[in-house]
Amino acid sequence: MDDVALATGGGGGVTDDVAVLGAGMHPWGKWGRGFVEYGTVAARAALADAGVDWRDITSVVGADTVRGGYPGYVAGATFAKALGWQGARVSSVYAACASGAQAIGTARAQLLAGLTDVVLVVGADAAPKGFFRPAGGERPDDPDWLRFRVLGATNPTYFGLYARRRMAVHGETLEDFAQVKVKNAALGALNPHARYRRAVTAGEVAASAVVADPLRLLDICATSDGAAALVLSTLEFARRHGASTPVRIRAVATVTPTYPNTALDLPDIATDSATAVPPAEHTFRESVARAAYEEAGIAPHDLSVAEVYDLSTALELQWYEDLGLCGAGEGAKLLREGTTAPGGRIPVNTSGGLASFGEAVPAQAIAQVCELTWQLRGTTGARQIDGARVGITANQGLFGHGSSVVVVR
Amino acid sequence: MSRTRTPVVPRWFAGEGEAFRLLGTRCTACGAVFFPREDVLCRNPGCQSTGLSEVPLSPRGRVWSYTDGRYRPPAPYVSDPELPWRPYTLIAVELAAERMVVLGQGAPGVTVADLEVGMEVEVVPGVLSEDAETTWTTWHWRPVGVAA
Ligand SMILES: [Zn+2]
Repeated sequence: MDDVALATGGGGGVTDDVAVLGAGMHPWGKWGRGFVEYGTVAARAALADAGVDWRDITSVVGADTVRGGYPGYVAGATFAKALGWQGARVSSVYAACASGAQAIGTARAQLLAGLTDVVLVVGADAAPKGFFRPAGGERPDDPDWLRFRVLGATNPTYFGLYARRRMAVHGETLEDFAQVKVKNAALGALNPHARYRRAVTAGEVAASAVVADPLRLLDICATSDGAAALVLSTLEFARRHGASTPVRIRAVATVTPTYPNTALDLPDIATDSATAVPPAEHTFRESVARAAYEEAGIAPHDLSVAEVYDLSTALELQWYEDLGLCGAGEGAKLLREGTTAPGGRIPVNTSGGLASFGEAVPAQAIAQVCELTWQLRGTTGARQIDGARVGITANQGLFGHGSSVVVVR
Repeated sequence: MSRTRTPVVPRWFAGEGEAFRLLGTRCTACGAVFFPREDVLCRNPGCQSTGLSEVPLSPRGRVWSYTDGRYRPPAPYVSDPELPWRPYTLIAVELAAERMVVLGQGAPGVTVADLEVGMEVEVVPGVLSEDAETTWTTWHWRPVGVAA
C-alpha cells in the first residue's frame, strides 16, 4: 500500500478503522498498591487525553488481572465501579499476555458493529514477586500447572531454549542479545512511563547473573505493576468530537495456531507431531503478523515503527523475522546494522520495550498501542521517530493467543 | 521406611531400564501422534476421530535446544527450601519418527556444558522428588554413551 492509499483512510484493509481518541498509562514499577488504583489512573489519563467525560463512555472493556487461580478480578466491572457506576455495557477478557489485544479487539468489534460509539479499554496489574507461577492446588489437567510440577519449567526456561537454538542455528552471540537490551534501555531512559530509566551497557548484561542458560538477568524481562488505557471511538464520533485526523486502529489480529504447531510454545511440554499433517508454511508467530498485515492491507515495508514483545532479548530478534522485517536468521544482522534503532528504517520498541517496563500482563498489549499512538501523533519528545505513519504491535499470549494491532495515521 | 514409586503423571511413561519409554497415543484413523497423550479426541482438525491407542515414543532423539534453571522454581515444583538450590538442566529433544520436540529434565549430573544442539540423547527413568511415602518418578534425557 502506498502513502496516498493510507491517507484516504478506512479503505485499505478488509474493515473500517476505529479512532484512538485517547491514551493513558500509570507508570510501570513496583508500587505496592492495588491494580484498581493503577487502572483508574490510566483510565482517567486516557479520558482526559480524549477530552471525553467518563459518563459519556457507553462501553467498558477490561483485560483481566489473574490472581488466585482464575481471572479473579473481572476487570471491566471492577474499573467501571471504581470510576463510578454509570450504566455502560461491560466486557472482560482474558488471554494471558494477549489480553490487552483481545480487549482492543472486543472494543473494535462493538464499534464496527454499531453497538456503541465510544469505548474505554483498561488493563492493569499488580505483579507478583519473582517468577510467574500457576495457581495453587492439584491441577494435573492444566498444562501450565504440569510444566512447573513435572519439569520446573519457568517462563525463562523457554526463553533460554529459544536463545540457545538461535545461537546454534543462526550463529547469534550473547553480545548480539545484549545489544537488544542496550538499544531498548537507551529508549526506556527517555520514557517517563518506563520502570527502568537508565542506559545499560553490554558489559552490564554480561555481568548479570545467569537465570536460564544462556540468558542473563538483564536479558529477561521483569514483572511489573502498571496500567494502560485507551478511549476508542467510531470515526463518526471522532469527527463530531473535533478529531478530524485521529490515530486509527486498522487491524487487530487475534488468531490461533494451525495444527500441527511445531513451535515449543509456553506452557507446552511438547510440540504437535507433524507425522499426520505437514506443518503450515508459516509458524504461529509469523501467521499472527501476516493476519494483521492482510487485515490492514499493508506490507512490512509500510511500517514506520513496531512494538514487539521482548520477553527476552533473543525473542526480539525472533520477532524481526516473524514480522517479515528480515529473512530467517537475519535478526541480529538487522540489529547490528541499526535498522531497528532510532534513525534506522524501522525502529523497534521505541517505548523501551519490556526490557524497560517489565511485564504487567493485562496492560502490556494496551501499552504497546499507547506508544504507537503517541509516536504517530508525534508527541514522544526525545524518543520521537520523525514522520511515523504506520505502526504494528506483536505479541503472543500463553496457550495459543496471537496478538497484533496495526495503527495508522 | 520404604517409599512407593509413583509416576509424577500416570500413563506418561512406563518400563524399567532399557525398556523405559515415554507413552503417547496414536490416532487409529489418521496416524497423528500425541504427547502428552490425547485419549478422547484426535486434534488433527481434518480428522477428529475418537479412536486413540497407546504408543511408545522413540527412545532416542537429537537435542533441539537446552537450558537450565539457576534459580529455584516456584510450587508446584517440589524442592527442599532448607537445601541449597542445585540447578537442573532442561533439554528439548527432536524425535525423528514422531516429528515432534519433547521437553524433559536432563539426567542427574548432565549440565549445559555437556550438551550441544544436534547431539543424540536417550530417554531414561528418573526420580523427580521424594517425600515420606512416595518416590515420584519421571523421565530424563541423557546423552547417548554416558553411563548412568
Ligand atoms: Zn486423527
